[in-house]
Amino acid sequence: MLTQYDIEEVQQHCNHAFSQQEIVSLYERFCQLDRNNGGFISAEEFLSVPEFAVNPLSQRLLRMVDGLNFKEFVAFLSAFSPHATLHQKIEFIFKVYDSDGNGKVTFTDMLDVLRDLTGTFISEKQREQVLTDVLDEAGYTKDSLMILSDFVKILGNSGLKIEVEVPVD
Amino acid sequence: MRSPGQLKSSSSELDLDGPNIEDYLPSGSSIQEPLGKLRLRDLLDISPTLTEAAGAIVDDSFTRCFKSNQPEPWNWNIYLFPLWCFGVVFRYFILFPLRVIVLTIGWIIFLSSFIPVHSLLKGHDKLRKKLEVFVANHTSMIDFIILEQMTAFAVIMQKHPGWVGLLQSTILESVGCIWFNRSEAKDREIVARKLRDHVQGTDNNPLLIFPEGTCVNNHYTVMFKKGAFELGCTVCPVAIKYNKIFVDAFWNSRKQSFTMHLLQLMTSWAVVCDVWYLEPQTLRPGETAIEFAERVRDIISVRAGLKKVPWDGYLKYSRPSPKHRERKQQSFAESVLRRLDEK
Repeated sequence: MLTQYDIEEVQQHCNHAFSQQEIVSLYERFCQLDRNNGGFISAEEFLSVPEFAVNPLSQRLLRMVDGLNFKEFVAFLSAFSPHATLHQKIEFIFKVYDSDGNGKVTFTDMLDVLRDLTGTFISEKQREQVLTDVLDEAGYTKDSLMILSDFVKILGNSGLKIEVEVPVD
Repeated sequence: MRSPGQLKSSSSELDLDGPNIEDYLPSGSSIQEPLGKLRLRDLLDISPTLTEAAGAIVDDSFTRCFKSNQPEPWNWNIYLFPLWCFGVVFRYFILFPLRVIVLTIGWIIFLSSFIPVHSLLKGHDKLRKKLEVFVANHTSMIDFIILEQMTAFAVIMQKHPGWVGLLQSTILESVGCIWFNRSEAKDREIVARKLRDHVQGTDNNPLLIFPEGTCVNNHYTVMFKKGAFELGCTVCPVAIKYNKIFVDAFWNSRKQSFTMHLLQLMTSWAVVCDVWYLEPQTLRPGETAIEFAERVRDIISVRAGLKKVPWDGYLKYSRPSPKHRERKQQSFAESVLRRLDEK
């Protein structure tokens, strides 16, 4: 059960990205998904949501969200709050790309994400070509190692929109 | 009805049953297509896909169908609480034993006449017209009991383990019930054949089918399987809506066994429900079985005040087919390739 103290602690942890009612709603949702009451939502339980399972980036996101407890789960979702800053959102996107977590995004990382998004509908060669071309045009090369500030520069004034609404009864 | 003709045919049988999910889902397909040359930021910006994924994590229309909503606690003050306690005592120690006794006596009478007369039993033909099936929305196994009050139905149901399975193989079989097994791949064809045989047969009880294929929480309907709608006969829709005033009749098979569910029902004050027998429908010229199924689902949902959801009920037990993800990938791939040619 969620006490008032717990709610405030979670709110603190996610930097007030969500209101207290939203946190209570998220907790209900967390318990609903965590069917075996293990205190965390396993990959299987996430994949039982069909809308999530059909998403092309589901495997990447699973790596980030599998096994999180409730506090970390809310922190994970905080990038999607309307109160999150653009910088936080870009940082989230960076983390999705940077699968080994070393703070650098390589050509391979970007190619992997592009592959997830396009599947078998573009050939591997064509994918590499497209990526090389757009990198070239933006002033990077195939061997460039992108860091967070690069992403901020590229995505900075693009009107990025990542927001979800937490249903509050 | 648009059909996914260009996509590679997927081996999953789930897809053949319903219309395109994309026709219903609001997200994804409505992204504005920005024109202009492809830039790095267009490739790196995965925000639409991420938003969809996070949206699904936070709330999704499929899980909502199987949520049992707890009733508001009303026994919280000093006057109501003793009243509630009295109610509990009455329900558990008077109503419940009475019901068990009636059930037991009923069973004794039934079994003592059923077993010797079994070979002579035939279905009653009074109400039955030929070539007719009944379809209804599904909330719990007791739907069958409620509809049995109208006429002896032959129902098609999942073969269960335990005492329910025993019941199925002995008594229900004599009424002409048909089994299926969700987990068996080839089961569909066998069942389709059994259905057809039953409907064509002259002496059989009218067939009752729950096209959702699983129990839903009586606030939503999931997609109807087309099996009942391609038998070439009239379909009589039946809408069932339970009133949750005393007990929630939704059998949440993920949370409790049927025995517990039955106990919960038998220790409540009453099960209250509305049943509407709606106008029989036939396949319209040019309509596919899937369209027919959706039309009947619409009729039932409107009558019982249920919201329609574009998901296959069997997703409770298995993953969605890769076809849906492939469709999203294809649409993104096409937009990338298109913008490559832009100057």
